[in-house]
Amino acid sequence: MLRFVLRRLLLVIPSLAGLLVMTFFLIRVVPADPAAALAGENATPAQVAEIRRQYGLDQPLYVQFAVYLGQVARLDFGESAYSRRPVSLDIKLRLPATLELTVTALLLATLLGIPLGTIAAVHHNRWPDTLLRILSVGGIAVAAFWFAIELQLLFAMQLDWLPLRGRMSPGLTAPPTLSGFLLIDSLLAGRLDAFRDALRHLVLPAFTLSLGGLATIMRFTRAGVLETLQKDFVTYERAQGFPPHALIWKFVLRNSVVAAITQIGLLFGSTIAGAVVVETIFDWPGIGFYTVQAILTADYKVMLAVTLLIGVIYALVNILVDVVHGLIDPRLRERG
Amino acid sequence: MSDAALLEVRNLRLSVRTDEGIAQILDHVELVLPHGHILGVVGESGCGKSTLARAVLGIVPKTATIESGEIRLEGEDMLRLSDREMTERVRGRRIGFIPQDPYLALNPVFTIGSQLLSPLRWHSPPTLRTERERRGHLVSLLRRVQIPEPEAVLERYPHQFSGGQRQRLMIAGALACGPSLVIADEPTTALDVTTQLQILKLLKSLTEEFGIGMLFVTHDFGVVAQLCDSITVMYAGQTVEAGPTREVLADPRHPYTRALLACHPDRSDGLTGIPGLVPSPLAPPTGCRFTPRCTHAVEVCSRRTPRFVSDSPGHLVSCRLADEHRKVGL
Ligand SMILES: Nc1ncnc2c1ncn2[C@@H]1O[C@H](COP(=O)(O)OP(=O)(O)O)[C@@H](O)[C@H]1O
Ligand SMILES: [Mg+2]
Repeated sequence: MLRFVLRRLLLVIPSLAGLLVMTFFLIRVVPADPAAALAGENATPAQVAEIRRQYGLDQPLYVQFAVYLGQVARLDFGESAYSRRPVSLDIKLRLPATLELTVTALLLATLLGIPLGTIAAVHHNRWPDTLLRILSVGGIAVAAFWFAIELQLLFAMQLDWLPLRGRMSPGLTAPPTLSGFLLIDSLLAGRLDAFRDALRHLVLPAFTLSLGGLATIMRFTRAGVLETLQKDFVTYERAQGFPPHALIWKFVLRNSVVAAITQIGLLFGSTIAGAVVVETIFDWPGIGFYTVQAILTADYKVMLAVTLLIGVIYALVNILVDVVHGLIDPRLRERG
Repeated sequence: MSDAALLEVRNLRLSVRTDEGIAQILDHVELVLPHGHILGVVGESGCGKSTLARAVLGIVPKTATIESGEIRLEGEDMLRLSDREMTERVRGRRIGFIPQDPYLALNPVFTIGSQLLSPLRWHSPPTLRTERERRGHLVSLLRRVQIPEPEAVLERYPHQFSGGQRQRLMIAGALACGPSLVIADEPTTALDVTTQLQILKLLKSLTEEFGIGMLFVTHDFGVVAQLCDSITVMYAGQTVEAGPTREVLADPRHPYTRALLACHPDRSDGLTGIPGLVPSPLAPPTGCRFTPRCTHAVEVCSRRTPRFVSDSPGHLVSCRLADEHRKVGL
């Protein structure tokens, strides 16, 4: 198993290298004159030349790339034009909020999607299946922002059950930062009041963000279970008196979730992208919200750092997915 | 043990709803299996043998309907039991099952131990209360079916075994809860010839040792001759001939039985197969279903289904010829 994990880690290296080269070219080479772009519209030629020298844009490309790699290695992305703080500091402060939101959303999508998909498959072509299929098409079709606003109107404005925006109520002091996840940190600090407050803030944005993934995981689980139900070993297990609930929820399900779990890895990307919208609507102090500001102010350093960061997280999540596959299916483990 | 036979199937009719219409897959199936005997169910592929096995186990597909008939296990009508009662009291416990293809019948992502021990947990016989006792029981069964290192085997996965070994595992699984009946659906078809022979020998000695009756489904008369006490021949969902093995082999009365025997490699002169195909259950021939392929067919054959009657004591056949023989006192 250790070999299996190490192999996955090695396999990621080329993708990450590709990501570095691509971002470098996008930022240094593709713009016709990056120095002019950096200097702004009203800059004089002298100012542009100064910027070119300052940023090393007059150096040969390979020197520029080496400098770039050095910066990335030191996590030095310069200063954000928008917040006037080092980009890496901003990210360090904001990333945990996004990760907490995204991980919760994906967890919700998985914990609901797998059982719902299984129920749909077991009731193939009868009403529970039809209902869930309609809902899952809805989950993809309904634009997240529209749904989020409806949820806000109902649960926050009308019923006043849940907070409208933010990550924590203004009057409350946050627990000391350890993991950066408010739910975990407040538990570690024994602050149940903070835990409750953070959880209440998390419900609406996480649920909104989970919908797309929920629909996908449900569809893949349903298809997987339907396929497994056709297998000879299911007939054999029924013939040997396996009770239906154990048969479905243990022996069939474990054979059926491989495709759905692959989707969880891929969904991480689209969920982070979705977080941009959801964070903006719910005033969630995460990377998504920050990135929108960066895009609006053409803050390219922030965009670069965020792109690299998401690439790395995406790769790590997909390694995790492979490892889970290995845990589920012994044949994958042996193939290495 | 009651006077009733171990397994008795009477007048069983089963149809399946398909996209192209209703398929009559079993039509007046009859069989009797006494305690401790081995009954071979023989017929070409597509004759309904597996469907019969599934009907006895109560695991026919959702689209199937049992239209009439009785399936009695030790006198108790299985068709009266709910699916839940079948799961809790019959499948795995009173009836063990050995599948056709041991490559496909084991769940690839669970260890042998968790697959074979689970039925023992659910149907735990009173003598096996603890997990340790159940493991011990299974390990001794695995040893009995000649699986080397049985303790270690429980932790392994199906793909780590050869076909013959897997079929031995399935046999141990079928016997685990102490059934009185084992249904084996072509258990050696997927194996090579040498392994086939070993598995047949093993099955024979195990049924004798444990006093188990076996319904042995096959398309191979050679296997039947080696293993079975009696034979039921099926054609296109109907039983056409039944009797003690030696008698049916020595004196087959139905033209289909004769044709099948004639094309067995041990007997034929290089000819293979009966001309024509098993008819589709969507549009079965009227009357005797073998009529279109029968060399003795006359006009009446396609009009009337012949009765399944005793030709000589214990030897039943369903054919106009047999009827006529009887009338003229042959
Ligand atoms: N679920 C089903 N739906 C429709 N037709 C079926 C189904 N199961 C079996 N059949 C048909 O019933 C006939 C008998 O099948 P089967 O019992 O598997 O025969 P055998 O085991 O003797 O080869 C075949 O013609 C097969 O196509
Ligand atoms: Mg079959």
